[in-house]
Amino acid sequence: MSMLDMRTTSAMLYLDGVHVSFDGFHAINGLSLTIAPGEMRAIIGPNGAGKTTMMDIITGKTRPDKGDVLFDGTVDLTRLDEAEIAELGIGRKFQKPTVFESQTVEDNLLLALKTDHRVSKTLLWHESPDESAQIDRVLKTIRLANSRNRLAGALSHGQKQWLEIGMLLAQDPKLLLVDEPVAGMTDVETHQTAELLKEINREKTVVVVEHDMTFVRELGVRVTCLHEGSVLAEGSIDQVSANERVIEVYLGR
Amino acid sequence: MPHLLTRSLNRSAAGFLLVVAACGILVPISNLLLPETSPLQVPTYLVALFGKYVCYAILALSIDLIWGYCGILSLGHGAFFALGGYAMGMYLMRQIGTRGVYGNPILPDFMVFLNYSKLPWYWHGFDMFWFAALMVLLVPGLLAFCFGWLAFRSRVTGVYLSIITQAMTYALLLAFFRNDFGFGGNNGLTDFKDILGFNVQAQGTRATLFFLSCLALSLAFLLCRAIVTSKLGKVLIAIRDAESRTRFLGYRVESYKLFVFTLSACMAGVAGALYVPQVGIINPGEFAPANSIEAVIWVAVGGRGTLIGAVLGAVVVNYAKTVFTSGALASYWLFMLGALFVGVTLLLPKGIVGTVSDWWQGRSAGAEANVRDTAEEDGVTGTSLAE
Repeated sequence: MSMLDMRTTSAMLYLDGVHVSFDGFHAINGLSLTIAPGEMRAIIGPNGAGKTTMMDIITGKTRPDKGDVLFDGTVDLTRLDEAEIAELGIGRKFQKPTVFESQTVEDNLLLALKTDHRVSKTLLWHESPDESAQIDRVLKTIRLANSRNRLAGALSHGQKQWLEIGMLLAQDPKLLLVDEPVAGMTDVETHQTAELLKEINREKTVVVVEHDMTFVRELGVRVTCLHEGSVLAEGSIDQVSANERVIEVYLGR
Repeated sequence: MPHLLTRSLNRSAAGFLLVVAACGILVPISNLLLPETSPLQVPTYLVALFGKYVCYAILALSIDLIWGYCGILSLGHGAFFALGGYAMGMYLMRQIGTRGVYGNPILPDFMVFLNYSKLPWYWHGFDMFWFAALMVLLVPGLLAFCFGWLAFRSRVTGVYLSIITQAMTYALLLAFFRNDFGFGGNNGLTDFKDILGFNVQAQGTRATLFFLSCLALSLAFLLCRAIVTSKLGKVLIAIRDAESRTRFLGYRVESYKLFVFTLSACMAGVAGALYVPQVGIINPGEFAPANSIEAVIWVAVGGRGTLIGAVLGAVVVNYAKTVFTSGALASYWLFMLGALFVGVTLLLPKGIVGTVSDWWQGRSAGAEANVRDTAEEDGVTGTSLAE
């Protein structure tokens, strides 16, 4: 316990004893989790394990019934709404790629830029050289520099996923939450995405939720397995996948 | 600020403004200066009719700003139009003075008739034009702000929001029908004499009002263009297409919605204020939910999210209404309107302007693609071409 207490103060993300139920269904049940600054963590778990609900709690979409959710050791996330949490520096990529389809790739990134998001400032905003350099940088990172003026809706599925990761980067968050980034991707795209996330992890803390074990293995990071709303196992991918209870929940009882 | 203006004026926007300016100047000139025998002379009754269309066009613009760009489908925008109209109507009533049937210097005729002993408190100040003009903006703006603040903060969206906007305008309709509400009840406000000292019936006043309506339309259009071409416009479209995604980027969606909704209501109010002196009456019928729905149809027909389409739709549909409701087809007008809405939804989901511009872009994109293919062979990338 003393080890956990020590971490509490320095953790980038700290969840302790979190409960959420929807109409009597316990989606999250005593979930405790700590992510250190600069860490990349993979979250796995069967369907209904509470992975997406956990993301919803961290980003303010769902309020927990009880438990602590602390960001950067000090900020209580359960008291803030989505916009406030985004401003704090938590970016989220959704399970289904949600980019603004009727706008160009560049405009999508521009919307994501970390700027003053008040109405009056947005009306009078115009791009500074720094900001256009940042957009160029992100476009290069996500390999979409040649698609700058294409409509986001015209991108392939994999490119949309990258664009969404790019939007996260443009937000310049401290913590990235990435929900199923490689769902529906080809093997090559999956590999490139793993490279991309590792590159991002050099500067930022990342939490990845993913089903694809090859991909998780490729990331080569600490893995947490969720089951029925709480942590079932934690460790390296080899340790977790050798864990008997993990095998049991994945293969059925 | 200057970058806001230059960015908002592309070729079609400038062309549109030119057309509006030409109408706004040529129609009054032809009406006032050409002899009545000339085939080019626009008769006064047509000036008033066109003036009405221009006011409807401003209303359509205000709806397009919120519906076409931010996805807020208001089915009660006629309420803001009517409130602006009533504010102007109250000024015009106070101008009648002793020329009314009962000759009361303070009380409008309907108040004398209904045995009012003194002017209700909310009628004070409306004898001054500046005060009435302020109310034209303030009353619809304030209602929209309060309504929007409650609705958007509770995250009421989609069809639910549309329904409560209908309820809002219906509630106002019932209230304004009441005699003791103090706005002339069923009959509304009419028998106007003059505006700023000029006779409202006079040919010169009508021509001037038409010119001012065109000016207001141009300014409203410029304002909308400036908004939709700014980053704010991109945020509005983002909210329309993926509201919750926009929230997760750190935008306070309800503030953005509240801003455009309130602005749009003020625009609708101005449209109503210009409408009333030109048609000579404002009554509770203007609050009828059907009116608001009709205005939405104009925007759908013209093409939502295009601004120019909203204006075009308002003029085309209302012209058709004028033509068809005055002949043998009069009793079938509502069926035609319904068929028009169904037809546009099924066949032209992007409206007139949206369909035409898609076709145009498809044509030029085809030509461009050919150019790009050859350019890429020469080692030029698509991006550098597009820039």
